[in-house]
Amino acid sequence: MNADRDARGDRVASTDSDVRPERDVSAGIDVERAGTGGPAGTSAPRADGVAKVTGAARYAIDLALPGMAHAVVVRSTRPHARIVSIDRESAAASPGVLRVITGADLLAAGLWPYYGHIVLDHPVLAIERVRYQGEPVVAVVAESKREAAEAADLVSIEYEDLPIVVDADEALAPDAPIVHEQRGERVGDEGMDQGEAELVGNVCAIARVGWGDVDAAFATADVVVEGEYRYPMLYGYAMEPYNALAFFDQGDLTVYSSAQHVYMVRRDLARMFHLPHARVRVIAPYVGGGYGTKSYTKIEGIASSAAYLTGRAVKLDLSVEEAMLTTRSDSSHIRARSAFTKDGRLLARDFDIVMNSGAYTDNSPIVNSKTANRVFGPYKIPALRVVSRSVFTNTVPGSSLRGFGAPQGNIAGELQMDEAAAKLGIDAVELRLRNLVGPGEEIIPGKRPIDADLRDDLRCLATALDWPGAEGHAVGLGVSASDAGAYPTSTAAVRIHADTSVTLFTGSSELGQGSRTVLGQIVATELGVPLSAVSVVSSDTGVVTYERTTGASRTTTVTGKAVQEACREARRRVRQLAADVLGVPLGSVQDGPGGVRAKGETLTYGEVIERWFGAGGEVLAHGAVRRAEHFQKMPPFWEIGCSGVRLSIDRDTGLVHVDRLTTVGDVGFAINPALVHGQDAGAAMMGLGAAVREELVYEGGQLVNPNVVDYRVPRFSDVPDEMVHLLAERHDGAGPYGAKGAGEGAGNTIGASVASALGRILGVFPHELPVTPERVWRLLRSRA
Amino acid sequence: MPAREIRFRLNGSERRAEVEDQVLLLELVRGLGLAGTKLSCDMQVCGACTVLLDGRPVSSCTTLAIEADGRAIETIEGLADGTALHPLQQAFIDKFAFQCGYCTPGMIVAAKALLDELPRPDRATVRRWMDGNICRCTGYETIVDAVVAASERMGGAK
Repeated sequence: MNADRDARGDRVASTDSDVRPERDVSAGIDVERAGTGGPAGTSAPRADGVAKVTGAARYAIDLALPGMAHAVVVRSTRPHARIVSIDRESAAASPGVLRVITGADLLAAGLWPYYGHIVLDHPVLAIERVRYQGEPVVAVVAESKREAAEAADLVSIEYEDLPIVVDADEALAPDAPIVHEQRGERVGDEGMDQGEAELVGNVCAIARVGWGDVDAAFATADVVVEGEYRYPMLYGYAMEPYNALAFFDQGDLTVYSSAQHVYMVRRDLARMFHLPHARVRVIAPYVGGGYGTKSYTKIEGIASSAAYLTGRAVKLDLSVEEAMLTTRSDSSHIRARSAFTKDGRLLARDFDIVMNSGAYTDNSPIVNSKTANRVFGPYKIPALRVVSRSVFTNTVPGSSLRGFGAPQGNIAGELQMDEAAAKLGIDAVELRLRNLVGPGEEIIPGKRPIDADLRDDLRCLATALDWPGAEGHAVGLGVSASDAGAYPTSTAAVRIHADTSVTLFTGSSELGQGSRTVLGQIVATELGVPLSAVSVVSSDTGVVTYERTTGASRTTTVTGKAVQEACREARRRVRQLAADVLGVPLGSVQDGPGGVRAKGETLTYGEVIERWFGAGGEVLAHGAVRRAEHFQKMPPFWEIGCSGVRLSIDRDTGLVHVDRLTTVGDVGFAINPALVHGQDAGAAMMGLGAAVREELVYEGGQLVNPNVVDYRVPRFSDVPDEMVHLLAERHDGAGPYGAKGAGEGAGNTIGASVASALGRILGVFPHELPVTPERVWRLLRSRA
Repeated sequence: MPAREIRFRLNGSERRAEVEDQVLLLELVRGLGLAGTKLSCDMQVCGACTVLLDGRPVSSCTTLAIEADGRAIETIEGLADGTALHPLQQAFIDKFAFQCGYCTPGMIVAAKALLDELPRPDRATVRRWMDGNICRCTGYETIVDAVVAASERMGGAK
């Protein structure tokens, strides 16, 4: 297998490009080859390796406290209804029950009963009304989970049904049932990028991008392609379902949670309980899968209010079925047009996007604005018009999921490049090459210029996929550029101990992406200490420094930069102490590996610290990055997607067989190549799942496949015959050593790639994902 | 609920427990402090809760604890010999065969059952055998790499 990969890699490398086959994915530290003077650039073994292979790693779901009570949620059976009454008497009298809590109880207790980082419209427990089937209405708290579950069955809720709307286009009709008659307070800050404020009907958010005279450009076009495209609602299936353990101590709230963004959750909880931020501690231990699904507050408010009202530590852990009723991704329906000259130059693009955002705002406005920014692709487009509307419906709330608007838009933007190529009689790779922007060119005026060589990436991808394919197979490929990194507020602290070992404090959560490993590698490299002397403490708001989010592929690039700053500040402080101790001017003290050089002497950090203090002691330093200097221009970096597939179909069953999936990881510099490989492989497989299998299906207001039997995610048997991952390292990112983020890009183009490859086989391009066997079979029949 | 006493061998130690009939094997092992075994799908399709019962992999989320009476249970905690990792555990680290790690205990236990039965499986066999274990992070290929590497390290005869 490895031999095959290398052979293909050699062929790619011979095109005189910066793209190379992946470096070895086996663990190993070869500092010399890395070229950074330290372990940054090597496939250092994971910092969480032994814990995770021995079963010792503790996730929030594994935690318990003495005297802990358990909560179970009663969920709405109606998609849209007024709550007439809640009968909780028999539940309250059931053995072991401590309290049966409703939304009205939170109000009565003086708590702020809504959450939301952009709009405060999501009730912790339903208040007067339910807006989707599965919405939490009542929390039963009991001594044991079984007692809570048995009592939950005794809660009786009387509803008065209201008209429902499930389809986003129908929700835009003038006479559609209104999901939110009153809007929640807007609390998003500048970094929320939330779009327009004046919204009517069921419109949750509107984003617009555009320039030039689009109508005039279409009037002069030689070729126009036009169509409607759909990307499904997805469930991320992080295998550890949402859970939280909350308790109050002296009025201070502590919550252990499966959250990705501990500081965002802290803000919601502080508001809810009228507490200062300093008195709310949110801790995310190891997180069992995130992929964006654990961004922002989920069930922490329920567990915390149960703890508040019972005076007990309360644990709430959801089943997977309940997790599927908590968050999904926004689906898209896109009406798209693209105009070309006859020699294949893009003249204009026009996208009208409708996102089904479900019952509450959550993160949909940002997903919506990202879809608008990511739909048209990294091309030179003289005239552009994008209008994207996020729409409320009576369905599970939409929010973040890996790719975050990019795959939802890419299906339209990239597939139209393929359709145009077919119409123009131009090779689809050549058509893209004619229109892609070069390094340093803008795709959105005023934003950061593209920090990647997309043409080279695409050429290498095409070569690696044997473009344009052979008999019996078809190749589909695509590119995307995502405005990634989120708002670049990040801080870090390093503590150098008197034995020259180092603790790093970071607010970034270890979701499996390898943050503890990569950030540790940066510390070891910057401070010149062995990796084994570095410990990383993360995602505990009571201890670590502020981090805005763990998302948008930002940790290596943005947090990594804050870590670098903290290390530089630590070195400066040690030099100062050394100057004191040695009685020399500060300017004569030089940095050395793991310490300083001065007066011909070499001192370790520990020696400097101990001599300065007399005994013991430490150095503590803080590093911060903000929207300034190298991160002044937004986004902090462009996350590149450049991947594709080679596939065939079974004409009798409509089954798609992917024999090769190839990704180009354009990451600037791989601080840990094996971790980049893992991100690309994981993102690509998630993209493939959405392309061929995954879809949340509604019948009326009922989600009909809320379990992982009926909602089928990729398994071992779904892995393409060959997975080829290439790396492009041009040191063109704004992060440490020229790095930029990975983790989402590789999956963003897979949906459109699968559809375009199928289009080449079927003679008609599927416009709707997933391309299930049934859909493929129907397309085959329609062509027969 | 009636409780009865069951006796079993857990990771090599003779144990006994009073369990009610409806208690699941997953609840039994986690209740004994072995939290490496994870619950996820709760319907026997994801493999996160895999343990070995008399050497055979079972989904502990849908197996009753009383079924373990008189049998041997092996969980992820039983693989390492003190601080010396099992070759599969070392191979999972070396090949980056996990990310979040939530599926990993069940994945390694399922792979151990495979290597106990077939010491030198080819890649296709590994994929087939492991199809009952879901991983959402890795894309699976590095897991196949790890199982093959472990089988080579263990010197399994073909």
